[in-house]
Amino acid sequence: MFGEAHMHDQWIFVAFFLPIGFIAAAVPIIAARILGPRKPNPVKLSTYECGVETVGDTWVQFKVQYYVFALIFVIFDVEAVFLFPWAVAYNQLQLYMVLEGVLFILILAAGLFYVWRKGALEWS
Amino acid sequence: MIPLSWYLIVAAAIFCIGIYGVLARKNAVGILMGIELMLNAVILNLVAFWRYLTPSLIGGQAFAVIVFAVAASEAAVGLALIISIYRRHSTVVADEINMLKW
Amino acid sequence: MTIAQIIFIAISAITVIASILVVASRNLVHAALWLVLSLAGVAVLFVLLQASFLAVVQVVIYIGAIAILIIFAVMLTRRVMRETKPQVNRYWWIGALAALLLFVTLVVILNQVPSAASSVSELPLPEEDLLSMLGTALVDVDGFVLPFEVASVLLLAALIGSLVIARPIKLDAEEGDEA
Repeated sequence: MFGEAHMHDQWIFVAFFLPIGFIAAAVPIIAARILGPRKPNPVKLSTYECGVETVGDTWVQFKVQYYVFALIFVIFDVEAVFLFPWAVAYNQLQLYMVLEGVLFILILAAGLFYVWRKGALEWS
Repeated sequence: MIPLSWYLIVAAAIFCIGIYGVLARKNAVGILMGIELMLNAVILNLVAFWRYLTPSLIGGQAFAVIVFAVAASEAAVGLALIISIYRRHSTVVADEINMLKW
Repeated sequence: MTIAQIIFIAISAITVIASILVVASRNLVHAALWLVLSLAGVAVLFVLLQASFLAVVQVVIYIGAIAILIIFAVMLTRRVMRETKPQVNRYWWIGALAALLLFVTLVVILNQVPSAASSVSELPLPEEDLLSMLGTALVDVDGFVLPFEVASVLLLAALIGSLVIARPIKLDAEEGDEA
C-alpha cells in the first residue's frame, strides 16, 4: 500500500474527514437526546404543519413532474461525467478531438432542445 | 496486498444478491434495484481486472465509464416504464403486469 | 494482514450486508437507502483499486442520480404496495437457490483459473495522469471515440424515450385517470 502512497495520500484526507463529518452530525442529535428534558404529551407529539391539522398519511404521493426533472438531471449528470476527462485533457488534444467533444455536446443539446420545446421544464 | 480474487469474490457475491433480488422481488422497482446491484458488480469486476492485468491501457476505465452511461439510461427508461404502467393499471407488481400474455 | 486488507474486508462486509438488505427489506424506501450504502461501499473499493475518477463517478452517477431516481419512483408508486404483505413472489426460494448455486459455481471456477485471477499484487500504474489519459482515449480515433459518440446518442434516446413514456397522463387525452 505504501509503495504507491502518492495515490492513496489524497484519500487519507477523505478517510479522516468522513468520521469527523459523521461525528459533527451525530453529536447534536445525541446531545439533544441526553440533555433535553422530555415531558411528552399528545399535543406536543402531534405533527406540526404550519399550525393547522395535518391531513392524510406521511407518505404522500409525489407528482410525476418530480420524476421528469430527476430524469433530465440524470442524463445531463452522465454527460458531465463524459465531458470531465475530455476537458481535463483539453491541452493535449488536437482540433478534431475537441470537435468530437463538441459533437457530443451538440447531440445532447438536441435532447435539451426537445425537452424545452415539449414544455417539460415548466412546472405546471 | 489484496489478491485479485478477493475483488472477484465480492463482485460475485453482489451479483448473486442482485440476481436473487431480480428473481424474488414482487415490486418492479425492487427488481430494478437488483439489476442496479448486478451492474455495479460488473463494473467492480471491470475495474479490478483493469487494475491487476492491464493498468497501462486506459481501456478498462473507458469501458467502465460507458457501462455507467448504460446503467443510467437503463434506470431512467426502466423507471419511466414502471411509472407509466403504474399510472395506467395502478400496479407495480411484476406478476400482475401481464397484458402481453396470452 | 496489512492495513489495506483490513480496510478491504471491512468495506466488502458492509457492502455485501447492505446489498442483502436491499433485496430483503420490506420497505422499499429502506431498500433504496441500503442501496445507497452498498453503492458507497463499491465506491470505496474503487478507491482501493486506485481508480479515483471512477470512485467519484460512482458517487455522482449512482448515488447522486440513479439512487435518487429510484427513490422518486418508489415515492410515485408506493401507494399500492403495503409493507405488511410479503414482498417476494411464490418462487423466491428457487431464486435464492439459483443465486446461491451461481455464487458457489463462480467461486469454484475462480479457484481453478490458473494465472489471471490469482495475481496477488497490482501492476504499476502508468506515469501519466490517468484522467487526461482517459480523456484523450475517449476522443482518440484509435481509442474509444465511437463508443463515446454512441453513448451520447444512447443518452439522447434514453432522455427522449423516457420523457415520452413518463409524461403526465393529461397530455395523452386521458384525463381523470390520475386521481
